[in-house]
Amino acid sequence: MTTYIVRRLLVTIPVLFGIVLVVFAVGRLLPGDPCHILLGERASNAVCAAFNHDFGYDKPVIEQFGDYVVALSHGDLGRSLRTNLPVGDLLISRLPMTVELSIYALLFATTVGILVGVISAYRRNSAIDVVSMAIANLGVSIPVFVLGLLFIFFFAIVLKDTFFALPPSGRLTSGLTVVPLAERWGMGDTGGPIRAIVDFVSNMYSFNGLLSLQWNVLSDALRHLILPAVALGTIPLAIIARITRSSLLEVLGLDYVRTARAKGLAEPAVVRKHGLPNAMLPVVTIVGLQVGGLLAGAVLTETIFNLAGVGRALYDAITSHDFAVIQGFVFVIALGFLLVNLIVDISYAYLDPRIRLS
Amino acid sequence: MSVVASPVDLVADQLATARPASLWRDTIANILRQRNAQIGLLILAILVFLAIFADQLAAFGSDDVLLGHEEGVKRLSAPCIHLLGCAPTHVEHYFGLDGNARDEFSRVIHGARISLWIGFATVGFAIVIGSLIGLVAGYAEGPVDSILMRTMDVVLVFPSLLLAIAIVAALGPSLINAQIAIGIVAIPIYARVMRASVLTVKENGFVTASRALGESAAGLIFRRILPNAITPIIVTGTLGIGTAVLEVAALSFLGLGAQPPLAEWGSMIGLERGHLFTAPHLILFPGIALSMTVFGFNLFGDGLRDALDPRLNR
Repeated sequence: MTTYIVRRLLVTIPVLFGIVLVVFAVGRLLPGDPCHILLGERASNAVCAAFNHDFGYDKPVIEQFGDYVVALSHGDLGRSLRTNLPVGDLLISRLPMTVELSIYALLFATTVGILVGVISAYRRNSAIDVVSMAIANLGVSIPVFVLGLLFIFFFAIVLKDTFFALPPSGRLTSGLTVVPLAERWGMGDTGGPIRAIVDFVSNMYSFNGLLSLQWNVLSDALRHLILPAVALGTIPLAIIARITRSSLLEVLGLDYVRTARAKGLAEPAVVRKHGLPNAMLPVVTIVGLQVGGLLAGAVLTETIFNLAGVGRALYDAITSHDFAVIQGFVFVIALGFLLVNLIVDISYAYLDPRIRLS
Repeated sequence: MSVVASPVDLVADQLATARPASLWRDTIANILRQRNAQIGLLILAILVFLAIFADQLAAFGSDDVLLGHEEGVKRLSAPCIHLLGCAPTHVEHYFGLDGNARDEFSRVIHGARISLWIGFATVGFAIVIGSLIGLVAGYAEGPVDSILMRTMDVVLVFPSLLLAIAIVAALGPSLINAQIAIGIVAIPIYARVMRASVLTVKENGFVTASRALGESAAGLIFRRILPNAITPIIVTGTLGIGTAVLEVAALSFLGLGAQPPLAEWGSMIGLERGHLFTAPHLILFPGIALSMTVFGFNLFGDGLRDALDPRLNR
């Protein structure tokens, strides 16, 4: 197992270098001059020269790349071209919201998706199978932004003033305040990684509410998360349901399942004990792959639901042509995606000995 | 004297009249046997019909501002269909009017053209480049293969929409740039598929025979290997069209793709989303059109895959 992990980590290194290269290339080599885009077409040459010097755009490309790699290795993602604030700080302040949203979206997609997939496979070709697969097919076809907007219309406007009404935007009802966990727990000005983690969790309002036992904050934060999480989770849900169904159907057709049936095991037990565990491998892979899609989908979801997360910040950076922020965010998200894939591969090897031994 | 045809003649007769089986005729028959594919094909047929006859079906042009041309025109007015009880004094607008007092129905119909173009052109671009890379990598093997495919791996590491956003942000927002960006992020998929099928095809005897007869590398690749390795690409491509339409629409929604006044569904939704509370029909109708288009391509692609997959043909 260790050999496998080491080998898998080694493969990651060139890919990591590739990511840095691609992100750098997208930011620097494509046509478009940041000075004129940012300061306007009429910016004078002298102004642009100063601007380019400030941001290092006047150096040779190779040197710029070297600087970029060195800065990255120190965890420096550069400074926003607009606000001149470190991109890393912006990212840290926005990430908790996006992570929280993605957790709930993935939770929703995985639990419901696997459940629907199993029921469909178990009752193959029944009405419930046909209907749920038709819905799954439709689910992958509805764009996140259309679904999100329709949800807002339905739950915030049509069902307004009913029990089912849900808030159309934001993270908390105005008036509610969230006390940082560090303050509540009397951590004072201590620094270090533990404090950073506490601050991060503290910014995920539902977890904050849970950990600080503020039930009104918890329920309000969750109510705000339902619509975006469901909208964001629908496409992954449909994909997971389809994969679970086909994978389980394949496994249920194998000889050892027939043996299990032949020895008189009841069908639910056959599915639970012999079918599901062996059908989960492709599902795990797909769930991992969905994480990247969730992070990209967050750009759309957060824009629609007006949530101050990474996606919304990225959207703002795009509309204001802030390349440094775009570059930094894309790099970190790709890094996160790479990490998730690594974890998926390793857990895959853990689940299936054939992989780590091949 | 009666002439009785011998059984042998009858069989020979049938053999003569039965047309020889061809891959494409089998495929089409296979596709038409599946309910999902039938629905998909029907949706696509409607879409193509709308695209071709958009000018005849739509009462107005996609950019006609009706303010001042029609009496009592109000921006954002709700759909009005006389048959469904809308007062006959009102002018009929099936899908209502948008924020610029344009007929939404006409715009949605014209959007079919743009979406079809987006789907085919974007995937076509990705297929051509991806297939070339896959062909070269699969044919050459060795270091060329490694370099090309590792590069593809790097592109695949990015969540596709995100990399596309970064590319468009750098290239500048426009429909064609959005298509290029979505095309670029799809290239590795086709390169991988093509490489895999080239690796299988080139081991065949007819390729070796051709090489022995002195065929050039280019001849081998394009005349012998490509025609026999193209089926998986067609399937992947068909399934990819839905995704491409969806992703370009997402970029347009964010303002990075199609620019106003182009009647592209994603950008129409993006422009009118501020009117969600007063004019939800401006989100609903383009949203349905977009979803149905993607749905149609996905169903048809699934059908095509099942029809061409020999494992399911038994």
